[in-house]
Amino acid sequence: MGKISLKSVRKAFGEVDVIPSIDLDIEDGEFVVFVGPSGCGKSTLLRLIAGLEDTTSGTIAIDGQDATALPPSKRGLAMVFQSYALYPHMTVRKNIAFPLKMAGMTQAQQDAKVEAAAKVLNLGSYLERKPGQLSGGQRQRVAIGRAIVREPAAFLFDEPLSNLDAALRVNMRQEISELHQSLKTTMIYVTHDQVEAMTMADKIVVLNAGRIEQVGSPLDLYHAPANVFVASFIGSPKMNIIGGAEAAKHGATSVGIRPEHIDVGADGTWMGTVGLSEHLGSDTFLKVEADGLGTITVRAGGEVRMHHGDRIGMTPQAGKMLRFGADGRAMA
Amino acid sequence: MARAIPQRQRILYTLAAWSVGLLIFFPVLWTILTSFKTEASAVASPPEFLGADWTLENYAEVWARSDYPRFFWNSVVISIGSTLLGLAIAIPAAWSMAFVPGKRTKDLLMWMLSTKMMPAVGVLIPMYLLFLWTGLFDTRIGLVLALMLMNLPIIVWMLYTYFKEIPAEILEAARMDGASLRNEIIHVLTPMAVPGIASTMLLNIILAWNESFWTITLTTVDAAPLSAFIASFSAPQGLFYAKLSAASTMAIAPILILGWFSQKQLVRGLTFGAVK
Repeated sequence: MGKISLKSVRKAFGEVDVIPSIDLDIEDGEFVVFVGPSGCGKSTLLRLIAGLEDTTSGTIAIDGQDATALPPSKRGLAMVFQSYALYPHMTVRKNIAFPLKMAGMTQAQQDAKVEAAAKVLNLGSYLERKPGQLSGGQRQRVAIGRAIVREPAAFLFDEPLSNLDAALRVNMRQEISELHQSLKTTMIYVTHDQVEAMTMADKIVVLNAGRIEQVGSPLDLYHAPANVFVASFIGSPKMNIIGGAEAAKHGATSVGIRPEHIDVGADGTWMGTVGLSEHLGSDTFLKVEADGLGTITVRAGGEVRMHHGDRIGMTPQAGKMLRFGADGRAMA
Repeated sequence: MARAIPQRQRILYTLAAWSVGLLIFFPVLWTILTSFKTEASAVASPPEFLGADWTLENYAEVWARSDYPRFFWNSVVISIGSTLLGLAIAIPAAWSMAFVPGKRTKDLLMWMLSTKMMPAVGVLIPMYLLFLWTGLFDTRIGLVLALMLMNLPIIVWMLYTYFKEIPAEILEAARMDGASLRNEIIHVLTPMAVPGIASTMLLNIILAWNESFWTITLTTVDAAPLSAFIASFSAPQGLFYAKLSAASTMAIAPILILGWFSQKQLVRGLTFGAVK
């Protein structure tokens, strides 16, 4: 079981309120991703759940038990760190067995669990090596192995893929997702990468300046962002936010339209001049200087041939435009 | 990148380095040489070198006249004992200063260091009286305590520097893995800091072995280590240079050998953290 509830959790470092007050429920077996720009408090929130930081006020309950005052070792959670944080003086086998040894298991029990974890993570042939002799991806697997042998109530991941190269990151992303499907244990995953958030999460928690901006499934956030911040943070490339007279036409302070929801043609609602065009093969991203609107990003098909200086017309697709009020919140 | 140094300059540097080395080593060398001379040869003026009368007589006599093994054993117990006790106190202290520093940690470290600036004579009388009253005078336990206290600031400072180099995330990982504070220090921090702890230990054994002010003042017979053994040869009968030298050589030989074998460790330890 791994249900985690945060009630009015506040964290201050000296005079600075890093997290003013957060309420959040994480259901058993959920894959929850905390996402936000750097400095938004997502890692601090994870460390509060882990017990590595003390809460200034509020309560954290794990499976209905108040864990606010428990030390990290007593919370039954496992954590995977960005730097892997393996014990450099121990072999892979001893690294993975360490939590079992701390739990007072016999050598035979430890061996059986380590072998099982090594098999799942393809680490069988590396068990007698030290972390220094492993590649980044292998180290990450060892860190995950060390976490799964404990059979924790929940896994906490603190930007675990940031130190890996792009290709490996995609692989590990899938492996972690598969691991979640087979273990069905609660996972809380911190990242600044919204692609990781979108691809892995059951539920995304978007944080900004220590506050929760929105909680929802990836597609909820994509289709119905609660405010301008979430709208422009989720989705790649970013949503176009247009203010001024164009927004006033729709009775809003600003309107948002995603690059993929704009049709391009010789003529359209808006006219503009192509600035930069990025050809990715499958897609083409155009940065268009729209007349009176500023720069608009448009996603066109891979075969579109447009160049710097071309005049084009853009038409937002019907029903795809989002309206935001003066407070930045989405309007019905 | 290595700089190209002209041949002539290199010879000059080498000569200069050797001169400084010899200058530092000369008193030790002269002591060792004198220990193999007859008393007459030892005090001859001008000093005799090639034409001296060489003999092993001094060693035989020093050995016969005093109980060297007892002094030696006292030195071993006192230097190793005070170092181990110091480490047992300093490891948790340095842990808390390095990983959970408070507002006053820096001040505390400076204050600890400042005690080393105080001349030892300043506390001679209080220490002497305290030792008499508590029955610690001329006991090995007493000296272990005294030397441990003398060297504790150095041990804490050295360990603090090593611990600062260890990533805090690894200790946090241990906490997440269910390790208690005690297990975290024993199974994770200490093994990772072994090179640092080893050089701290070596340096402190050497410091405690060489300490003579307190070891001579606070002992008479039972707990007297090798420093007192040397001093006993500058005794009422007058100075016997050759025998004094033989005694000194016997006193410094063990630590010299230890230092020789561990010099790499020591140099690494002392420059640890100086270069990132």
